[in-house]
Amino acid sequence: MSAAQAASSVVKTPLREEPVENPYLPYPVRIDDITVESEDRNLKTFKFVFLNPDDERKFAYNAGQFAELSIAGVGEIPIGIASSPVEKGFIKFTINKAGVVTTHLHNMKVGDIMGVRGPLGNWYPWEMLEGKNVLIVGGGFAFTTLRSSIIYMLDPANRKKFKNISVVYGARSPGMLLYKDELIAWEKRDDIHMNITVDSTNDPGWKYNVGFVPPITEQKAPQGDADSYAIVCGPPIMIKFTQPVLEKLGYDHDHIILSLENRMKCGIGMCGRCGIGRELVCKDGPVFTLAQVNRTPKEY
Amino acid sequence: MSTYTDKIREIAQRLLKECRVEMVIGFRQGSMPMMNEPCFVRKPEEVDRLVWDSNCGINLANYLTNRKEKIGIVAKGCDSRNIVTHILENKVKREQLVIIGVPCQGMIDKRKIAASIQGEILAVSETGGQIKVKSAGGEKSFNKNEVLQQNCSVCVHRNPVIHDEMVAAPVAEQTDVDQYADVNAIEAMSTEERWEFFEKLLAPCIRCYACRNACPLCYCPTCFVDESKPQWVGKSQDPMDVRTFHFLRAFHCAGRCTDCGACERACPVGINMRLLTKKLNKDCLELYGWQAGLNLDSRPALDVYKANDPEDFIH
Amino acid sequence: MKVIKIDKSQWSQTLEKIRGAYRLFGPVKEKTFHNFTELSDGQSPDLAFQNTRLSPKSLVFPQSEVMLNYSLDEADADHHVPKEAPKDYSPRAVIGIRPCDAKALALVKMNFDTDQYKDPYWLNLYNATTFVGLACDAPCGTCFCTTAGCGPFSEEGLDVLLVDQNDHYVAKALTDKGTQLLQKTGSKETTAAAIETAKIAAEAKITAKIETDNLRGADMMALYKAGLWEDISFACLNCGTCTFSCPTCWCFDIQDEVYRKKGVRMRNWDSCMFPIFSVHTTGHNPRDSKLSRVRQRFMHKLKYFVDKYDKGIMCVGCGRCVRQCPVNIDIRKVSALMNQLGSEARCAVKGS
Repeated sequence: MSAAQAASSVVKTPLREEPVENPYLPYPVRIDDITVESEDRNLKTFKFVFLNPDDERKFAYNAGQFAELSIAGVGEIPIGIASSPVEKGFIKFTINKAGVVTTHLHNMKVGDIMGVRGPLGNWYPWEMLEGKNVLIVGGGFAFTTLRSSIIYMLDPANRKKFKNISVVYGARSPGMLLYKDELIAWEKRDDIHMNITVDSTNDPGWKYNVGFVPPITEQKAPQGDADSYAIVCGPPIMIKFTQPVLEKLGYDHDHIILSLENRMKCGIGMCGRCGIGRELVCKDGPVFTLAQVNRTPKEY
Repeated sequence: MSTYTDKIREIAQRLLKECRVEMVIGFRQGSMPMMNEPCFVRKPEEVDRLVWDSNCGINLANYLTNRKEKIGIVAKGCDSRNIVTHILENKVKREQLVIIGVPCQGMIDKRKIAASIQGEILAVSETGGQIKVKSAGGEKSFNKNEVLQQNCSVCVHRNPVIHDEMVAAPVAEQTDVDQYADVNAIEAMSTEERWEFFEKLLAPCIRCYACRNACPLCYCPTCFVDESKPQWVGKSQDPMDVRTFHFLRAFHCAGRCTDCGACERACPVGINMRLLTKKLNKDCLELYGWQAGLNLDSRPALDVYKANDPEDFIH
Repeated sequence: MKVIKIDKSQWSQTLEKIRGAYRLFGPVKEKTFHNFTELSDGQSPDLAFQNTRLSPKSLVFPQSEVMLNYSLDEADADHHVPKEAPKDYSPRAVIGIRPCDAKALALVKMNFDTDQYKDPYWLNLYNATTFVGLACDAPCGTCFCTTAGCGPFSEEGLDVLLVDQNDHYVAKALTDKGTQLLQKTGSKETTAAAIETAKIAAEAKITAKIETDNLRGADMMALYKAGLWEDISFACLNCGTCTFSCPTCWCFDIQDEVYRKKGVRMRNWDSCMFPIFSVHTTGHNPRDSKLSRVRQRFMHKLKYFVDKYDKGIMCVGCGRCVRQCPVNIDIRKVSALMNQLGSEARCAVKGS
């Protein structure tokens, strides 16, 4: 249907007694800054500012949630929120150029107007994690909500709520690591144990680990126990090989927390697309424990 | 027809027992009058599932695409022509197949019967050339020739063109049929009339793609309507997008379609989209003397160049 | 609740009285089958039908529906900022919806009306509509509503139940909305006595069944991993006939379409039978086989939904998919197989 035809439908007085909030309407935002994150230039971080200041309050989120980035005339794409609830005045997303919407987004510029719809989905179980050791295992560009989580936990108001925080984060090469300045800053702190790794590098000055995430996790990550949880986010192959390592380290399946991805459209549990078993990844997830995932068809 | 069924079972059992095939693809009795379900049999003791009657209109060549097993397949005339096309287009290998040929006397059109019956059809049986229909409104008999699918009534390739086994002696081919009367009628229309005709023809479409998916030719891993980079066609019910789908699909079948009728038969809203493919069949016949899937030795019309190919349609 | 009698000789006059306050929708025969559509002035619904070819879900959930409008013209003040598309949510009445289809809408409401989110488009249309159901006196041989939590005189999801009594209709209001509609008719009140007799007679005519009693207790992963799916799915063409004709299937796709500088965000029916339904941008498809897609459809209807809501199966027994599947895949047969396996899977758990 052409837009012109669509817009000309008859308008009578709506019956609606009180306005229902339309969950398909994005909040308008302006692109405030764009940072190229990776040497292949396929990863960029977009910083958005809400056009209506009140929308930022409505967008209150937790680390681990995602949002639909919404570009009029192109479409929407679900992306994990890379900024942290403790960061105010903006929201940030790191985007891999892959499909129709992300390719279009990569060609947009500072000042352009688009939309953000959310926050959507559940989040890492922060209340449950209080008083516990937290191990974060991330790979590639799936480090976004993990960055949000680390910033959240390291915030002076929050750090004391958690015991030891350890991180294993890997990428193909040094140039593919996200948020390099922050990684270096965290590396220097003593309230977080960083284990940065790359699959391989020619850089003689590289002072961190070389190797895939699973073996580095096996060598460097702390043992699991009743007081320890692991949050894992990365490409499917990394998750597959990290799982037995975490088991060996003593992490129970209900102490291993995963963030799943599936094809989504509505993001609010209506369109049915991302269903796995009786769960909808967009609304009942994206965060599930491995124990939950084991009881569900592996259709993600 | 029961002799066909017996013979199909006998051949299927032998092929499976002798391990000449891993599976036999055929039809099993449906749960509704005038409906059978395509099925496979892997064990000799299961061949009694297989049936044959005048409700086997789905084209079984559709079930061969990209399969790797050794397969016995039950094939009427049109199925066999699509098997030839599948082999030519590298969708299955001749060596994989044991073709169980069925000389066909046409499939019955359940919609035609439903339209001339009061109330719901409860049971349909077939003896000789007679179709007996039991309905809420009583019983009625039809001569099978009166209730054939339209494509079957003008079919000139009822016998399998390729086979390894035959369930019966070949039947006489029809010679005295006007194959393209319906296409001629459309060609005779003015541009405006034709436009209106196609508009009405395709208006009920719900884009369920049953026609495309029932077609053995439509095996593209991603159909052009499903492409997103670039997106060629809109996804809504806009009539322009609906027509684009049907017209382009028909062109994609040019020189390949055997007029098996599976598309029309599968359509839940009764659209005769065969009119589109038939026009292209007619062009292929008239321009290149080509009919799809008659033998393994000649390449399809759109796959070869000849110096004397007609070109007056190029403007 | 109010019960009235409408003489058939007064039927079109009665409809005109209702039309004064409602836009009317009803079954109309197009060529060889019936479908629901808006009734033009003076047009009566054609109630001589068993059921419509397509379900009436499109009345509240159009196959293609504009959700948002926007401008891409930077000269416009609100360019690139989508707004809710204006719609006509004035009162509507659907005359002649079958009880199974009304119950289906009530099931689908659980998807669109949740604590967390409400779908404004579906809900506004649903709430604007008064459903006048036509009880089934002559169900199809493929109807299995009585074993699918429904029935030929089922009242769930209806505002009015209309029962054909040869020379007149008995109309029974089931909700306040229904009472309001019946008040417009000015017809005289009667008793509901005749309804019960007709109901018993109609229910007795339904012989087809769906077996579901073991599905609730069955082990989900055992059903999922069962060996029955290859045989069930073999014939499937992966077309959308079953999902599009089904009154309880609600999956949709969202698309942007632009014409010059004006654009819309719209939704279109989608189907779990289509390979692209679940394919990721990377090309990875979690349901990359016909088997996995067919299994998804039946598991969703007969197991996942059952477990998620505890309101029975996501099927009302209208039989459309049975009648229209081009290759005769029959949900009754599939459910019987799952149900049988469900009893085994449950026993195994108990025994262990």
